[in-house]
Amino acid sequence: MAELQEGGDVQSHRGKKRGGVRAKKLSTRIDMTPMVDLGFLLVTFFILTTTMQKPKAMQVVMPEKDVKDSTQMSKVRESEAMTILLGSNDRVFFYYGIQDPKIEVTNYKKIRDTLIAHNKTVMDLQRANGWDQKGVIVLIKPTDDSKYQNLVDMLDEMKVTEIKSYAIVDVSPEELAMLPK
Amino acid sequence: MPRTSVFIDMTPMVDMAFLLVTFFILTTSFRPDEPVHVNTPSSTWTSTPPEHGKVTITIAPDGRVFFDLDNQNYRRDLLQRMGDTYGITFTPDQLNAFATGSSIGLPMSAMGGYLDLDPDDRKKVEQPGIPVDSTKNTSNELGVWLVNARLAGNNPVILIKGDQQANYPSVKYVFKTLQDRKVNKFGLITSEEAAPSTNQLK
Repeated sequence: MAELQEGGDVQSHRGKKRGGVRAKKLSTRIDMTPMVDLGFLLVTFFILTTTMQKPKAMQVVMPEKDVKDSTQMSKVRESEAMTILLGSNDRVFFYYGIQDPKIEVTNYKKIRDTLIAHNKTVMDLQRANGWDQKGVIVLIKPTDDSKYQNLVDMLDEMKVTEIKSYAIVDVSPEELAMLPK
Repeated sequence: MPRTSVFIDMTPMVDMAFLLVTFFILTTSFRPDEPVHVNTPSSTWTSTPPEHGKVTITIAPDGRVFFDLDNQNYRRDLLQRMGDTYGITFTPDQLNAFATGSSIGLPMSAMGGYLDLDPDDRKKVEQPGIPVDSTKNTSNELGVWLVNARLAGNNPVILIKGDQQANYPSVKYVFKTLQDRKVNKFGLITSEEAAPSTNQLK
C-alpha cells in the first residue's frame, strides 16, 4: 500500500490520466455455477414433490338411522318425488313419483337437463298449490353394480342443479328387478 | 481486439432460482406415505377440508378400507384405546411406530406383528384392509376405530377418500358404519373440476 502511494506521488502528472499505477484489480466475480446448480436442483426437487392441488371436500348429510323411513316417505307427495337409480356401466335410470314407476334410461350428460326441467315443473306445481317451495325431492339409489364415481357425480349434479332435498337410499328388490339387464 | 469475458452475470438467475426455492419450500406439504394409491373422483365443490384434526377413511379400488387419524399425539392414544377394546397391550415401541405411521388397513389381530416390523418392511406389507362388513366377518372394526378416534382426537372431521372405481357396496358398508355410529355429516374428498357455466343452467 505504502509503496503504491509513493509511486503515485512521484509520477503524479502522468499517473493521473492513466489512473495511476495500481495493484492488478481483483475480480469481484465469483464463480456462481455450483450455487446455481444447487439452486436448480432444489427447485426441481420441490417442484416434483409438491402437491399443488389441494383436495376438496364434498359435504354429505345422511338421514338419521333411527328415524323410520316410512314416516318420512309419507310426507313426500307423489308429484314431488323422483327416483334416480345408478346402474352398472355408467347407466342411469329414473322415474317420477313413487307408485307405479315407469323407468326411463338416460346418462350422466342428459340427466342434468332432465333434473332442471323436472325441478322447474315441480316448483311451478308447488307454487300453484301453495305447498312448500322445496323443489323436487330426489332419491338417489345406487345399485351394487355402480361405482363410487357414479354416486359422487350424481351428488355433484344435485349441487349443480341446485336441488336441495335429496337422499341416498338403498335400492329395493322390486326396483332392481325392473332394471333392464 | 479486446478479449471478451467468458463470464456471464449469473446474479439475476441465482436470484430467481432461490426465489423459487423459497416459494416451494414454503408452499410444499409432503405427500404422505400411503399404503394405496387412490384416484379421487372430481366434483365442483370448492370447500377445502381442514389441515389438521381429521379422520380419513380411504377406500381402495378393490374395496379395501384404510383408516387414518392425522395427529401424531392423538394416534398414540387411539391405539391404546383400540388395545383396551380388544384386550391387546401394546409396547411403547409399538405405540411409537403407530404414532409416526400413516393409514392403517389391518385387522386388530395383525396389528402387533405389523408394528414390530422394520419401517422399511412395513411398507412392503400388503395390507388386507380393515374389516367393515359385519355379514362376512364377526365384527365391524371400522366402527370401533371410529369411536376410539373420536374419543382420542379432538372432535375430528370425518372424511371419506374413495377411489373412482371402488364398487358401491364397499362404499355402502362405510356409509352404514358411519350411520350406525351416528356420524351423519361427513365429507367426500374429491379433486376440483370446473363448474359448468351459468348459461347452461338457464
